[in-house]
Amino acid sequence: MVPITTLHYLVVAAALFVLGVIGVLTRRNVVIVLMSIELILNAVNLNLVAFSRMWGLHGQVFSIFVITDAAAEAAVGLGILIAFFRNKETVNVDDVDLMKW
Amino acid sequence: MFFLKNIWLIPLLPAVGAALMLFFGRKLRKVTVNAVCVGAVVLAFVCACGTVWQYVHWAAANGHQPFETSVFTWLGTDTGHLNFVKYDGTPAQFKIDAGFLLDPLSSLWLLFVTGVGMLIHIYSTGYMAHEGGYYRFFGYLNLFMFAMLTLILANNYAVMFVGWEGVGLCSYLLIGFYFHRKSASNAANKAFIVNRIGDAGFILGMFFIAWYFGSVNYSTVNGLARSGHYSIGDPIITAATLLLFVGACGKSAQLPLYVWLPDAMEGPTPVSALIHAATMVTAGVYMVARSNALFVLAPTSMKTVAIIGGLTAIFAASIGLVQNDIKRVLAYSTVSQLGYMFLALGVGAFSAGVFHVFTHAFFKALLFLGAGSVIHSMSGEQDMRNMGDLGGRIKVTHGTMFVATLAIAGIFPFAGFFSKDEILWQAYSAEHGAYRWLWFIGYCTALMTAFYMFRLMYLTFHGKPRMSHEVEHHIHESPKSMTAPLVILAFFSLFAGFLGWPHSLGGSNRIEKFLEPVFAKEASVLRAEGEAGQLAAGKQEVEHTSGAEYFLMIFSLGAAAAGWGMAWKFYRHADKGYSEPIASGAPIAYNLLMNKYYVDEGYDYVFTGRKEIGDLRLGAMGLGEAASLFDSRIIDGAVNNVGRFTRLTGKVSSWWDKWIIDGVGVNGPAILARGMSYPARLLQWGFVQWYALLMVAGLAGFGFYFYWVAK
Repeated sequence: MVPITTLHYLVVAAALFVLGVIGVLTRRNVVIVLMSIELILNAVNLNLVAFSRMWGLHGQVFSIFVITDAAAEAAVGLGILIAFFRNKETVNVDDVDLMKW
Repeated sequence: MFFLKNIWLIPLLPAVGAALMLFFGRKLRKVTVNAVCVGAVVLAFVCACGTVWQYVHWAAANGHQPFETSVFTWLGTDTGHLNFVKYDGTPAQFKIDAGFLLDPLSSLWLLFVTGVGMLIHIYSTGYMAHEGGYYRFFGYLNLFMFAMLTLILANNYAVMFVGWEGVGLCSYLLIGFYFHRKSASNAANKAFIVNRIGDAGFILGMFFIAWYFGSVNYSTVNGLARSGHYSIGDPIITAATLLLFVGACGKSAQLPLYVWLPDAMEGPTPVSALIHAATMVTAGVYMVARSNALFVLAPTSMKTVAIIGGLTAIFAASIGLVQNDIKRVLAYSTVSQLGYMFLALGVGAFSAGVFHVFTHAFFKALLFLGAGSVIHSMSGEQDMRNMGDLGGRIKVTHGTMFVATLAIAGIFPFAGFFSKDEILWQAYSAEHGAYRWLWFIGYCTALMTAFYMFRLMYLTFHGKPRMSHEVEHHIHESPKSMTAPLVILAFFSLFAGFLGWPHSLGGSNRIEKFLEPVFAKEASVLRAEGEAGQLAAGKQEVEHTSGAEYFLMIFSLGAAAAGWGMAWKFYRHADKGYSEPIASGAPIAYNLLMNKYYVDEGYDYVFTGRKEIGDLRLGAMGLGEAASLFDSRIIDGAVNNVGRFTRLTGKVSSWWDKWIIDGVGVNGPAILARGMSYPARLLQWGFVQWYALLMVAGLAGFGFYFYWVAK
């Protein structure tokens, strides 16, 4: 049985991060995009917690902040999403092109 | 002194009659109309007789001064709202009273205006019996009497002018009485407009008098004029009198304003008799005689009056020689006789002129009324070529008209003889013969007068009947209401002249004596000025009968006889298609006379502009056309060009705004900014995930760089 080292954590976190980035870049449903962002954030959290085993509790504390931030971000993001849906009756990212010239 | 004190009753009576007729007349029966209108004039005549009777007695006791009374103040007050500064800078306390003045001059006019007016009213009840608008006719006649009496009895020029305009209005209304006839309404307009030209002169003359004397009251003006302050030939008095004479020319149908009177014959015949022969047309003579104190101070004006009068006399008489319309002959005769009157006034023989007005009123009214009676019997025919041999069928008319003809021709002892002879004698002797050429003109006129009057008599009453059988069958003497005035007027045509029976024939010339208070003082003014003989010469010499006077008398009797003889020779046996001696003897002259010297045509070319000279139109219509052209070309052209210019500048300004301000100034930078920002725009294509991909790619790029390249 191979002992679980920091490297393992980092590999899992990297995998999660890449999954999140791929989700953000490829999925067209904004809900999925938001969920993918959560994945990215949680990949970061996993990194922070893994490193806190080696260098004290600062990493864990910081991950708490990130979770809080993620919750707030989800709330704001979903709120914008609902407002957008009421206007356009779609949550497809391709239709969100108001900033286009 | 009831009548004299209440002299205002005289004009008021016909005024009431006129008001009743014109407001309520439509509903009244003819009997009522007769009662009111004729009654009013008869009462006015009675009042006039009473007034003159009382005045004569009053004057004898009061030094023969004029009787004056004021009913109310018409304009201004005693303190004066109408004060103004006179010519010399002194203030004038100006006011106008509705005042009356009676002196021998107005007495004379008063008597014959009311007397002849009354007779003509009575005559009209017969003549107009079958005409429509009976009440209207009598309303106008009464209105005329009111205006004429106001004119005569006024004590100042302003009130006289009220009457002056009033008679003009009535003349217009009565000439146009048959207003459904185009010619009648044209004639009425012509009379009114021509009179208006004269009236302008009257008003200006009146203004000059007010400005110079500070008053328009006769007594004030005459008093000042006779005071000796003003020199003979004073330019302002000359101007004022000349302007007044322009007014007289219009009203009394003198050259060059006589053209309306012949046309005025379009009115009913009694109107021609009353207004256009006996009374109204003598208003100009009255006014000049009334202003004698001014006229004697202006020898130029006197000369003008005399010359215009003399020329008018012969001018109109010559036209009368060939006219065929019975009323037109009489109309030209009236113009001619009025010329005589002005000739007399002009040579300083005021009383002779006034005397002729007096006698003329009777015989000319009689002639017109007789002509009316003839027309009546001829079923409306006025052309003498279609008459003839009426003498035996309408005896009263014939007899009375014969008397009037003798009177106007100047046969002794009929009225015209005395007055015309007096005028001719005065013209002959005035200013030591300076006017002798005018006497000659007057003499020729007397010859013509006798000729055309007897021509009229022979063509109408003698010769062969030339009317159609139907008309001939209807010939009848007029009713009593028409013949009675004729007889009365014939009586006066015979005897009125006796009032002026001259000294040379053993008479006393009562009329001159009677009028002396009005006119005599002038001579004394002139004597005081040391120029005694100048204007009053005739008056001086008339007192001494000279051989020349008897000679002239016989000479003019000879003229009358010669005229009579010629007419007798040529027209005694006039049958259908008779020949005019003038037409066969001098066809050019005949044409000229027949066309009235083409004066109307000339006026049409020069003054009215009804006819064009080539392409040029002068006169009133020319002025109108010129004004119209000026308006449409110059005024409207200017307006249009201003508009066009505005539109042009608007276009330029619009182009400038659109292309330079908006284009270069506003849109230019915008287009520039858009063009320059185009590359930047390309980066903004709006898909969030592309931005994210770039971010990730950038991140990956940086990572790659720092990890493998920059190490």
